Amino acid sequence: MFSAIRPRLASVVAKPAVLNAVRPRFFSQAAVARSNIASLHTLTEDETLLKESVARFAQEQVLPKVQKMDETEKLDADVLKGLFEQGLMGIETDTKYDGSESSFMSAILTIEELAKVDPSISVICDVQNTLVNTLFRKYASDDIKERYLPRLATDTVGCFCLSEAGSGSDAFALQTRAVKDGDNYILNGTKMWITNSGEAEIFLVFANVAPEKGYKGITCFVVDKSMGVKVNKKESKLGIRASSTCTLNFDDIVVPAANILGEVGKGYKYAIEILNEGRIGIAAQMLGLAQGAFDATLPYLFQRKQFGQNIGSFQGMQHQYAQVAMEIEAARLLTYNAARLKEEGKPFVKEAAMAKLYASQVAERTASRCIEWAGGIGFTRDFPIEKFYRDCKIGAIYEGTSNIQLQTIAKIVEKQYSS
Amino acid sequence: MSNLRILVATKRVIDYAVKIRVNAAGSAVETANVKHSMNPFDEIGTEQAIQIKEALAKSKTGTAEIVVVSCGPVKSQETLRTALAMGADRAIHVDSEEELQPLAVAKLLRAVVEKEKPDMVILGKQAIDDDSNQTGQMLAGLLNWPQATFASKVELGDKSMTVTREVDGGVETVKTPLPAILTTDLRLNVPRYASLPNIMKAKKKPLAKFTVADLGVDIKPRLQTLKIVEPAKRQGGKIVESVDDLVDKLKNEAKVL
Repeated sequence: MFSAIRPRLASVVAKPAVLNAVRPRFFSQAAVARSNIASLHTLTEDETLLKESVARFAQEQVLPKVQKMDETEKLDADVLKGLFEQGLMGIETDTKYDGSESSFMSAILTIEELAKVDPSISVICDVQNTLVNTLFRKYASDDIKERYLPRLATDTVGCFCLSEAGSGSDAFALQTRAVKDGDNYILNGTKMWITNSGEAEIFLVFANVAPEKGYKGITCFVVDKSMGVKVNKKESKLGIRASSTCTLNFDDIVVPAANILGEVGKGYKYAIEILNEGRIGIAAQMLGLAQGAFDATLPYLFQRKQFGQNIGSFQGMQHQYAQVAMEIEAARLLTYNAARLKEEGKPFVKEAAMAKLYASQVAERTASRCIEWAGGIGFTRDFPIEKFYRDCKIGAIYEGTSNIQLQTIAKIVEKQYSS
Repeated sequence: MSNLRILVATKRVIDYAVKIRVNAAGSAVETANVKHSMNPFDEIGTEQAIQIKEALAKSKTGTAEIVVVSCGPVKSQETLRTALAMGADRAIHVDSEEELQPLAVAKLLRAVVEKEKPDMVILGKQAIDDDSNQTGQMLAGLLNWPQATFASKVELGDKSMTVTREVDGGVETVKTPLPAILTTDLRLNVPRYASLPNIMKAKKKPLAKFTVADLGVDIKPRLQTLKIVEPAKRQGGKIVESVDDLVDKLKNEAKVL
């Protein structure tokens, strides 16, 4: 191992003159650039306006309904209507398709702000924007865009139907079939754990048109509910309970070939690419969750007195919340950085996986700590903290489990160092 | 068919949720690194203008152009962007890094009114920072226009408006011809949030800039602030031993008897 490293060190040591020659130029360039480089906290004027507007919407329109939506496992119709009215369901969609024509970073900030108040409302917005709309925007024909994007931006929920009973992280094992029949395809299969499918009218269904070709047969179909999609069992869940998660049955559903999104056989590639950026959305959701739990808890530490002082003034507590505050800050930097990389058109897959993995870990630690800090009230349902703890667990599961994120990071690191 | 131009005055103030602190010198409230936003009464004013515009469009009886104006430092443009994102059509920023007292603002607004010739000027009844409650009234005086202040309901007529005002002891209804000054009270409406499509559209709306010199207005302060102090800290309650003790404390400590 050391012998492998030594020659490189030696080569560096052997060329001090080159290093010295390079150094001054490098630093002077950095000094020039410094004045133009903003911190990751620096937002554009419209990003700031959006963040404030969404925060207010969340506080005034969502917050009063959070507990009831959680208890009844039902999304409030007015909250959903509000998301559409505020232009938050077509964030990056062009104005010619009735969208807001804003940026990816705007979507990330929206998802974060909503999650501070309710992570289940956040995921509705997240899936619609980062998965459903993006698939249409990036790969669909103009005909399909014209037919579906305006509806998705104004009043219709869409969902992303990939997972099956035997196919989760291993998308290759997908069993849903599509058989060509003239100008149509006949779809048969069952999808499971499909986020937002209870409210959805538009379904992006991944089905295999040529099982003998393996994943190269996987194709993405745009399916209307009216074509005969059966939305079956709604799961009763630990967290994000206001967001519906259902099993879907496709029994001999006739889908016109004109409803194939992009090219036949490219579905797997599309799904992977979309999920890569979708992870930044989940990172933002988990980040917002952590911040929301922290914000809901910290003031209490300076109200509750024990042994004659605020519990937040004990060093044992100070060191804990300082640690958590730092982790939230780190998660925010990872998330914003991945989002900015994506906006700049630079490689972001590793950074997105890191952001999602780390933010989901931070969300879990934060929510868990917050319950402990708030003591008795943290454990009761009359206060919002325990819900954050239930909501955070999904972050380690959907849009790639934590192990899949580690694999993604590892593969890129391995490629960098093994070649 | 009426085609109105509505001028809405907005002020950038310290956000209502911020805990106000006096600066170290005791000369002003600390504004550095403090969150600012649009004066809430001006948000209500902007919303009212948008509602008038929407009502005219819906009934097909006319159109309205909403011009928002803000006098103050460059950062006031953020407030104007918020108003544009809510639905105003264009903005005017009167740039001044100097302190602007109500009379100075009223004079600047008069100059803007003379340029823009609006049919109505809507202002918040007061700004939540200095609570002066003067600018609207002064502007009406300077222009010699009728004024309807503390509006809780506005109905537009033919070249007139009927305004319900919340006054001590009841509700007063007044009718004024246009052009006129309207100042908003809290219950007039609930301002909307800027939707994302409107935030994006606001970037493309025109924002004109003037300096105080362009408008030729004397903004010299007429009032001098002597000092600013924080309210006295509230003292904790005390448990007294007896009625005599209570009377003694009321007399000698609280000095209320």
